[in-house]
Amino acid sequence: MLVFVGLGLNGLEDITVSGMKWIRYAEKVYLDMYTSIIPNFSVENLEKNIVGRKVIKASRKDLEENYEEILNEAKNKIIVLLVPGDPFVATTHMQLRLAAIDRGIETKVIHAPSIQSAIYGETGLFSYKFGRCVTVTFPYGESICETPYDVIKENMKQGLHTLLLLDMDAENMRFMRISEAIDILKRIEEKRRENVIKKDTLCVGCARIGSDTQVVRADYIDELSKVDFGAPPYSLVIVGRLHFIEAEALVKLANAPLNVMEEVRCQIKK
Amino acid sequence: MVKYKTTEQILKIMDELDNVRNIGTLAHVDHGKTTLSDSLLMAAGLISPKVAGKALALDYVPIEQMRQMTVKAANVSLYHEYNGNAYLINLVDTPGHVDFTGHVTRSLRVMDGAIVVVDAVEGVMTQTETVVRQGLEERVRPLLYINKIDRLIRELKLTPEEVQQKLMEIIRDFNNLIELYAEPEFKDIWKVNPLKGQVAFGSALHKWGLTIPIAQKAGIKFSEIVKAYEKGADEVSRLADEFPLYRAILDMVVQHIPSPRVAQKYRVPKIWRGDIDSEIGQSMLKCDPKGPLVICVSKIVVDPHAGLVATGRIFSGVATSGDEVYLMMAKTTGRIQQVGLYMGPYREVVDRVLAGNIVALLGLDHARAGETIVSVDYKDSMIPFEKLVYISEPVVTVAIEPKKSADLPRLVDTLRKMAIEDPTLHVKINEETGEYLISGMGTLHLEIALWDLRQRTGGMDVDVSPPIVVYRESIKGSAGPIEGKSPNRHNRIYISIEPLDEVTMKLLSTGAVYEDQDWRVRAKILRSEAGWDADEARGIMAIDQHLNIFVDVTKGIQYLRDIKDTLISAFRWSMEAGPLAQEPIRGVKVKLVDAMIHEDPAHRGPAQIMPATKNAIFAAFLSASPILLEPILKLEAKVPQEFVSGLLRVITSKRGKIIAMENQKLLMFVRCHIPVSETFDLSDQIRGATQGRCFWSTEFSHWGVVPQQLAEELIRQIRKRKGLPPNPPKVEDFLLP
Repeated sequence: MLVFVGLGLNGLEDITVSGMKWIRYAEKVYLDMYTSIIPNFSVENLEKNIVGRKVIKASRKDLEENYEEILNEAKNKIIVLLVPGDPFVATTHMQLRLAAIDRGIETKVIHAPSIQSAIYGETGLFSYKFGRCVTVTFPYGESICETPYDVIKENMKQGLHTLLLLDMDAENMRFMRISEAIDILKRIEEKRRENVIKKDTLCVGCARIGSDTQVVRADYIDELSKVDFGAPPYSLVIVGRLHFIEAEALVKLANAPLNVMEEVRCQIKK
Repeated sequence: MVKYKTTEQILKIMDELDNVRNIGTLAHVDHGKTTLSDSLLMAAGLISPKVAGKALALDYVPIEQMRQMTVKAANVSLYHEYNGNAYLINLVDTPGHVDFTGHVTRSLRVMDGAIVVVDAVEGVMTQTETVVRQGLEERVRPLLYINKIDRLIRELKLTPEEVQQKLMEIIRDFNNLIELYAEPEFKDIWKVNPLKGQVAFGSALHKWGLTIPIAQKAGIKFSEIVKAYEKGADEVSRLADEFPLYRAILDMVVQHIPSPRVAQKYRVPKIWRGDIDSEIGQSMLKCDPKGPLVICVSKIVVDPHAGLVATGRIFSGVATSGDEVYLMMAKTTGRIQQVGLYMGPYREVVDRVLAGNIVALLGLDHARAGETIVSVDYKDSMIPFEKLVYISEPVVTVAIEPKKSADLPRLVDTLRKMAIEDPTLHVKINEETGEYLISGMGTLHLEIALWDLRQRTGGMDVDVSPPIVVYRESIKGSAGPIEGKSPNRHNRIYISIEPLDEVTMKLLSTGAVYEDQDWRVRAKILRSEAGWDADEARGIMAIDQHLNIFVDVTKGIQYLRDIKDTLISAFRWSMEAGPLAQEPIRGVKVKLVDAMIHEDPAHRGPAQIMPATKNAIFAAFLSASPILLEPILKLEAKVPQEFVSGLLRVITSKRGKIIAMENQKLLMFVRCHIPVSETFDLSDQIRGATQGRCFWSTEFSHWGVVPQQLAEELIRQIRKRKGLPPNPPKVEDFLLP
């Protein structure tokens, strides 16, 4: 049996009771160390206080290219794979699950908090008002992937917010900062000139959501890139058309400039 | 002898331009190109008063020491007076060996005329033909100098009549080359006529030379030359005093090579691919000093004091120190720190040099031979002289290591400089062994490079590995579409593969089709000349240096634009080292047929798309009857009849193929193909089999298929050398479950 257990967003504290149960049942516990990082998380702590023995740190290669080994074990043992956040919000592990099903292995998912749901509560933006989510990736040599720009543009057309996940190379401890992501968006704007990223584009920057040290700040794009957000992980929301409750929440939860509320009122009058 | 002139006097000639000539010497190896250059320099060298003090002893400087200077000089300017007029003749450096073809073309581009040196005994040889052909392709007018007349007299003991007959034969052969290779409008006017003084003959070794007009004017006959040799050295040196070689050569140049202004009119449309009606085109055509600055760099020398010196020809405008310029190959701007002209082999700093002249530039550290330099304002409207050159593929590699490890930094530094100066010499470090790998165009090229290395380092002791031949991987059949999966299985790439046809290969290797070409022009050429399908011709995404083409034949695939760069990188990466033995792939058309790409960029990054594409390409490659290619040389030999069988025995024992044999009186002329891998002890073998009586030379010819029975073992050997498992991977190894 192969059980995907979500680790949530904060240290070891977001593991659900049911997740704990499966960890205890498991004969072997793998830990996905590459799809994201969790603030206040320590492997020693996990081994000592939660699992009670060594966990096996799995690299991208182990889970993508050489997964036969894990699947062989899962044929007659309970194997747990610990995944940051909610296991299937990023689609990465679906191939592993499908391969397990093909081999007649039972699979199960234990969910946990994810940035995709936590973002609503921490920013006050409505879940109904988000469009497609997209990752801003590190430039590859000279070339910058423009998909985020296209996604923001389409969402904006319908007045929707865009959640931008920021690329990371957790194996090499390299995380895209919010200012870097803004810079990339501005570079695409400079090239495409379709008026998607403007001076008055309102953004919300988030760091370490779900932890005690989380930072959530809303501001206009140039101002936001000056903010020091501290340690990773980061995400960024490009704000679409605001509902007045959203505007008020952004001011009260995320220190957005007061005129954000003014602007909403103006829109209503119009 | 040596002329002392002020910089001002030289600048005056350069400004007027009518009395400037830009020339070079070309020859088959050992026909006497170096001795000719030496005697021209010794006799007509130009020394500025500034260095005169140092160089006053020039007449006593041993030739070798002098040569050291000229070996490094990219240009030597000679001063010559003819009919009371002063002329400045730039002798542009040309490579001494035809082994490095790209090199020759670069030198040819900056010169308007060439002295082709032919050995009187050997006559017109392979490389003579090659250099004449190359010269004519660049619209450089070739003139003939028949060297080593002394050998006809002393070694072959020919009578004056026989000498003359021999000379007429060589002139006829030479004119046949012009008939064969010149464009119609130059065929007749460029054939050489000895009566008009378009042929010189003499002995560069003994420093005498004549043209028929000079001989007639002085009333000297052939019989007198023969007699002089019979009488001995004193008489020969008297001949040299009375009829110095430099005068015969330079008189010929001054009369029959046009000035830069005249030459650029017909040369620019041929050697430059841009629009001749554009502002730049017109300015180059007119050699206009008021036009935009355009310089074509022929040679780079790394000077221990001055740093990188770029020498080239100004085709338009004025080069001034402080000019901001754009380097088209390096794609970067730079500032000219110093402008120099040549006084003999020395550089003199001046304020400015005008169009039509040869200039030395300091401060452009990114410049390489072949670079096109243009005024920064014109960087977007200029078309470079040189296309991406595919021809100069190195075929032989040696590993080199200093005997004393303390010498390593000096070795590295020297190799780096050599690679800058000679772009066909590739220097690479083997990360695993720490050895330096030097690759060149042939065994000879590497021998010269190693000789040069020892010269420059004062005879550093180095270990040199046996030469390693570079191979290529290719295919006979077609395959696909084959699916390649990314490691996360979220992306699928579909690839088909087929060999490129001969016409397309020709278009690529001659540079008629290249990567950064306007796609409409390229598509049109491929359609009309190589019968390409219109969609495929339009869909070319990349052409790599090993002559492979990557084509996108998909339509309307979402996100394809976002991964295009990664696909192209994956293509180049795959072509760099094929699956058989990690040798470069050559002559393959890779077609992207379909693709399914993940929604989010994080799941379709390079780490996913690169392996997916490479897997698909390699699986398709291995399904398309893969073959191994080896470099084949063209060998041409002249051998006395009694040794023909010995020579043929050597050639056949080395997998050589005879292409042609022709009787030339006492000699047999043999032309054959022979694999590079068999040539490392060829000199010894031929010498042994012919008692050293065989004259021969080689040139790179083509890539030939390694016979199947040899290929398997060869692949195992290459893989073993590279530390790979002995057997090449199978198709299944590239298909993920």
